[in-house]
Amino acid sequence: MTVTVDQILFLITALVTMGAAATVVTAQNLVHAALALIATFFGVAILFVLLQAGFLATVQVVLYIGAISILIIFAIMLTRRVMQDSGPQTNQQWWLAAVFALALFAALWVVLQQVPALQQASGSLPIPGDSLQLLGFGFVDPNQYLLPFELASVLLLIALVGSIVIAGEKQ
Amino acid sequence: MVPLSWYLTLAAALFCVGLYGVLARKNAVAILMGIELMLNAVNINLVAFWHYLEPQVMAGQMFTIIVLTVAASEAAVGLALIISIYRRRNTVIAEDVDLMKW
Repeated sequence: MTVTVDQILFLITALVTMGAAATVVTAQNLVHAALALIATFFGVAILFVLLQAGFLATVQVVLYIGAISILIIFAIMLTRRVMQDSGPQTNQQWWLAAVFALALFAALWVVLQQVPALQQASGSLPIPGDSLQLLGFGFVDPNQYLLPFELASVLLLIALVGSIVIAGEKQ
Repeated sequence: MVPLSWYLTLAAALFCVGLYGVLARKNAVAILMGIELMLNAVNINLVAFWHYLEPQVMAGQMFTIIVLTVAASEAAVGLALIISIYRRRNTVIAEDVDLMKW
């Protein structure tokens, strides 16, 4: 079986993403975990580019890396205590969590092997050339997805007001 | 060409790593990082299915954008809650916030 360039690119990206994700959940220092999380988000953005969803890759970088990761680092810095990064960072049932995660992955892998169509779905169907325009029209068209778009905006407003109220200083 | 099952396996592995992070970590911010990993795995799944099965229909990408939006707002509110808990109890270890435990 010849290995194509697509497969090599995918394997490299997958290795980087999984390595960074493993660092996120096992790092002793929380700031290291946050930086590894940024690396994971970059890996996912590269995967989006490989799947020819360029707009989603841009949104992933801008939102996840540019906003959420910064927020997480802020929260880490604001909730630091002296000597907090020493000692075990996992609770007492970490082995049970590892068993459960491995069992879930094994079950998902077995299920994926049962569907032969997934192994062969490797051709690429034509993607419309103006997919970004179609996406934009879909969000503002009342017959399509205008309502979820507006609901997401209201949700963001609620989250904004809520986090200011919750994390604000008491007078 | 890359088969669809490779993307789905990668998303499953990322989800399970995030699940381990949520269940096994003490620090509340670290638990939130595991949740973000799980949400990213779901996004990979959605975009992979969009690309391989129905690229003419933009609903796959829209679903992903809505999931991303919900993840952002949930991260903001969750971190605000963690900061508020830290102000009151001076700890962010999830096990120590046990006032209502029986």
